[in-house]
Amino acid sequence: MTMQLADSVSLSSSEAKARAHAAAARDNLRTEPRAVRIVIITLAVSFLSVFVVLPLVVVFAQAFSRGILAYLAALAEPEALSAIKLTLLVAAISVGLNLVFGLVAAWAIAKFDFKGRTFLITLIDLPFSVSPVISGLVFVLLFGAQGYFGGWLRDHDIQVLFAVPGIALATTFVTFPFVARALIPLMQEQGTQEEEAAISLGASGLQTFFRVTLPNIKWGVLYGVLLCNARAMGEFGAVSVVSGHIRGETNTMPLLVEILYNEYQFVAAFAIASLLAMLALITLIAKTVLERHLAEGHDASDH
Amino acid sequence: MTIEVRNLVKKFGSFAALDGVDLKVDNGELLALLGPSGSGKTTLLRIIAGLDWPDSGEVSFNGEDALAQGARERHVGFVFQHYALFRHMTVFENVAFGLRVQPRAVRKEEAAIRARVKELLDLVQLDWLADRYPSQLSGGQRQRIALARALAIEPRILLLDEPFGALDAKVRKELRKWLRSLHHEINVTSIFVTHDQEEALEVANRVVVMDKGRIEQIGSPDDVYESPATAFVHGFIGESIELPVRIADGMVRFGDRPLALAADGLVPGASRLFVRRHDMLVGPPGSGAFEGAVQQVRNFGPVQRAEVELAGGETIEIDAPRDKELRAGDAIGLQPRRYRIFAG
Repeated sequence: MTMQLADSVSLSSSEAKARAHAAAARDNLRTEPRAVRIVIITLAVSFLSVFVVLPLVVVFAQAFSRGILAYLAALAEPEALSAIKLTLLVAAISVGLNLVFGLVAAWAIAKFDFKGRTFLITLIDLPFSVSPVISGLVFVLLFGAQGYFGGWLRDHDIQVLFAVPGIALATTFVTFPFVARALIPLMQEQGTQEEEAAISLGASGLQTFFRVTLPNIKWGVLYGVLLCNARAMGEFGAVSVVSGHIRGETNTMPLLVEILYNEYQFVAAFAIASLLAMLALITLIAKTVLERHLAEGHDASDH
Repeated sequence: MTIEVRNLVKKFGSFAALDGVDLKVDNGELLALLGPSGSGKTTLLRIIAGLDWPDSGEVSFNGEDALAQGARERHVGFVFQHYALFRHMTVFENVAFGLRVQPRAVRKEEAAIRARVKELLDLVQLDWLADRYPSQLSGGQRQRIALARALAIEPRILLLDEPFGALDAKVRKELRKWLRSLHHEINVTSIFVTHDQEEALEVANRVVVMDKGRIEQIGSPDDVYESPATAFVHGFIGESIELPVRIADGMVRFGDRPLALAADGLVPGASRLFVRRHDMLVGPPGSGAFEGAVQQVRNFGPVQRAEVELAGGETIEIDAPRDKELRAGDAIGLQPRRYRIFAG
């Protein structure tokens, strides 16, 4: 049997053409004079240059002000190396934890209907609305010597505050929303039908998760992880409160930058800062790439 | 596989989606669940599939309690309204999914899986689309892939939720015929949900008409069309004229006029008279039970549709053959060839 079937792909491309036409028509009808347009664009570009691009350039200029050898020497300092290592370790822990928590929270919110669902969504956003310094203080209150669990921790000889666990906890708290926030709208939009289809075809819960759910949200997961990682490595406030600033032990990169700067070691301070700036640039590029993938995913589900 | 559903009740909050449903489906049947949206037909289908659970009642397959099993164990092929194809997998992998997730002990060899998928894609005549992704297919193609995927697990029962709902009219008609012949070929007990009466009457062996969580009538397409059991079925299936009448003193009264219609065995009181549009025969004034004046005439293919204002005050639409000359302003008599009167 031959069938004449409507081709939805060509349909959507003709739709895009129509949209482009409409945009062109709007352009022609635009009433602002050329001069106004130029002024507005120039304002926006110069503002961005002064407040975003210039500082970035200055960071690198300062870092390399005594030449590349001084730059490399500053990075090879034991204190600098330990800060880099600590930052990577803390980021790995908090991203790992938040990946799991974020997936679970997004799953619960998007796929089940239960009481307190909206409350949970609000709770997830809490770290965004609380100042990081307060987040840090909460952990001091909980685990500090005079804190609720302080006595018990001392008795069992467990060091949370002024050590890696405290820094990792504070960072995890501050970066919690990223993965969940990236996934909730995506999973809500995708609904539960594909999972239901998988189960009715005989797939187990785990098979359904790994073969159907995860591939559908993988770009969203990467996006969340990327933003979570950028924030985890750059976190200053919360970490500053719980770290104790023990040199060579509990200083992360942002903390070390401040210390070095206060000691007038500008090259060393900016050398470390340049690493963070590079992280930001890489994050930005990766984010753009991921956003394109995410948009494609949305398009595909539109048909 | 026979399916038996007994006294099924399912509530969403205070809304009763199913309100005591009993149904028996015979082996190899192609059954349609027909009803307006919100009548509970999709809920019933999902409960049979194991995707939803009833508040009370029983579901059994071949006499075995099906509610004791989850969707995974029931071995039911389900075709979703919006297909629910796995968007990140090719057509081939979509169809192969059910075979690949089987426990290792019973899973087929890769070559056998490939052969089976090929066979299914041939069955739905889309083998040439094996490497495409769902987003590259048209609606009708996705529909058939969804069906092939459901058939891959050799289901004991095939359930289809509004299988043609999201397709345009032409594709829908072709797929209807195709589904009928496919069912003839594979002969799996099948249930499909639809709100489209034409679809139900054309495709199914038996039609279950539902409304407000209850079954109104079960019967062959001819049964439900020719002898509707309730006022709802008469109004829902086929285009009907509905007129308020009173049964009193052994007569059917329309407004203040007694009608020359038999009232034997009817309960006295307010009732409703149902007549199919084409069962209202046109004659000269005084020749039938009703008198009326033609308001407007339009031609539709083999029939002409006339708007007629009845002497009792109601305006109705009737379908008359094209050779009958009707013009606006004509006074006519109308006699229902067949009719039904329901109390209430």
